[in-house]
Amino acid sequence: MILEIADITKFYGQTAAVDDVSFNIQPGTCFGLLGPNGAGKTTTIEIIEGIRNPDSGKILYKGIPRDANFKEDIGIQFQSTSLLAYLSIRETLKTFQTMYKKTSRLEDVIRQCNLEEIADQPNDKISGGQRQRLLLALALINNPLLVFLDEPSTGLDPQARRNLWDLIRKIKQDGKTIILTTHYMEEAQLLCDIVAIMDQGKIIAQGSPQNLITQYCQGVTVILQKPQAQLPVNLDQFKVLEAPDHYEIEAKDIDLCLKTLMAAGVDLRDMTVRSPNLEDVFLRLTGKQLRE
Amino acid sequence: MNFKRMWAIFKARNLEFFRDRSAFGWNFVFPFLLVAGFSLIFGGSGRSEYKVGIFPAVKTDFQMQSTQLPQGFKDVKYLEFIPFSTFDIGIEKLKHHKIDFLIELGAVPHRYWISSSSPKGYIVEKIFSASFMPGEGSPHALKQEIEGREIRYVDWFFPGILAMNMMFSALWGVGYIVVRYRKNGVLKRLKATPLTPFEYLFAQTLSRIFLLMFTLIVVWLGCDLVFSFNVEGSYVTLFFIFFLGGLSVTSLGLLIASRGTSEEFTSGILNFITWPMMFLSEVWFSIEGAPEWLKLFAKLFPLTHMLTAARQVMNDGAGLLTILPEIGILIVMILVFLSLGAALFSWSK
Repeated sequence: MILEIADITKFYGQTAAVDDVSFNIQPGTCFGLLGPNGAGKTTTIEIIEGIRNPDSGKILYKGIPRDANFKEDIGIQFQSTSLLAYLSIRETLKTFQTMYKKTSRLEDVIRQCNLEEIADQPNDKISGGQRQRLLLALALINNPLLVFLDEPSTGLDPQARRNLWDLIRKIKQDGKTIILTTHYMEEAQLLCDIVAIMDQGKIIAQGSPQNLITQYCQGVTVILQKPQAQLPVNLDQFKVLEAPDHYEIEAKDIDLCLKTLMAAGVDLRDMTVRSPNLEDVFLRLTGKQLRE
Repeated sequence: MNFKRMWAIFKARNLEFFRDRSAFGWNFVFPFLLVAGFSLIFGGSGRSEYKVGIFPAVKTDFQMQSTQLPQGFKDVKYLEFIPFSTFDIGIEKLKHHKIDFLIELGAVPHRYWISSSSPKGYIVEKIFSASFMPGEGSPHALKQEIEGREIRYVDWFFPGILAMNMMFSALWGVGYIVVRYRKNGVLKRLKATPLTPFEYLFAQTLSRIFLLMFTLIVVWLGCDLVFSFNVEGSYVTLFFIFFLGGLSVTSLGLLIASRGTSEEFTSGILNFITWPMMFLSEVWFSIEGAPEWLKLFAKLFPLTHMLTAARQVMNDGAGLLTILPEIGILIVMILVFLSLGAALFSWSK
């Protein structure tokens, strides 16, 4: 294990922001903390990074408590942070590079994060996507073994988000261990090998995205648009949800569901079939949506 | 302690200072404007301390020397005579303390008005009364003039402006900036690196003292071109005093910035400290006649000691030995402020 987190707890006043959280991380994997805003993801990750102190619990890095060298081995992309003012992107990266003994080549990081064209621009005169790539570059400037990414794609448009995901996948391919927090189930599903779902400071489920889906959500959801589809009354064997403009039929056996609908003469031309995802897992576990 | 890391922060902070064009310019222009303005207002011979209203008189062809007022009164320095056409206009000005004294021309005996609550009016009244006394006979007092070189007002005033500029630059440039960095997460980002608090604080101090001394030299050279300052003592000693003084106010800035994320609160604290320091450290005026407790209180400020020593060197030619007490006090202050600031420093709260 590269990281072992055991029973960490953090209180803010009377509220437990992190409540007895434990998990282990294998080297070279991408570990995701998935949960809604306020679930305790950022506090958890910042405790591991050493930015905050836990009230109790134990954190082992490579089998021993973290020491001064831990900071040399980690790279962090914070959720929101300002940078030293009046510096260009290259100067910002150079300043942070100087902080470490072991570093990546500046030009390599600039290229890796697609910052070549804006490298000499002031660090506060760039777009949201460029800024996230700069923050990612800062996290990689010391060629870290462990990369912490706190909500890396929050606030980005879909295109910028996809570009960032490509970058993160490349970092993963380089063999680095990644710990990321997110409230986007798609991001977790796409990037993470292991996901821990957090709610109200606790980890409520943990495993690979596929295993979690298989464990908590079996079958598929068949969606039929109104008003074309008129549902027959004999669908008792399925769970049917009626929305203003469509029906959702949860079916463990898609074959049986479709046969039943066709036999009843339901118009299936506007039908869509959706496989379950981590959002459904969260919904099943907590009874609420991830972004509520 | 890693010098490479400290150098990186030192360099980044200096670049920020030099690239912030508006603040950069203001750091040099502000002291120059102050020195130029005040030397123009108070340095010349045209300074008038008391304003005397005369009525009835016409502004356009008013000749003070042709009035029937005593010659002695008309010749007093620092009196400015202002004509008014009517009594009503003059008395309104007196009521609102726009003038200190009002005289009616041509009245026998002379008639005048003063505000009983105006100290300046009282002084002008005494001067006016004295001007009627006979000038013959042996004088009651003999006038003696200061021998040797006179200290020009601008030579006395200039060290004060430099010291004040240093104080504002150090306290706001360190105190306010560090709190802003803490609030917007820059310090948190730095905390995530191997940079230690000591390295950060040392680099901040070094950067600020470099900028203070750089500003000092540029402002000095710029002002000296215009005003040709007279320095009686050694330039090296003077530079050393400003260096120690700059370091002491920078350390005070670090102490103020050691905690907290509220820029508004820090701004309040900085104002709370800078204003009394500015007025009680004799930047603008002497507090020679102030109560003893106030003079003692003023000694709590590093600016007082910086300025006392700087004026001793510049105006009186004092050497290091003479200003040793001030040097000692400044060093103690630096050590206390830096130790407390480092002990209390927090990256994030």
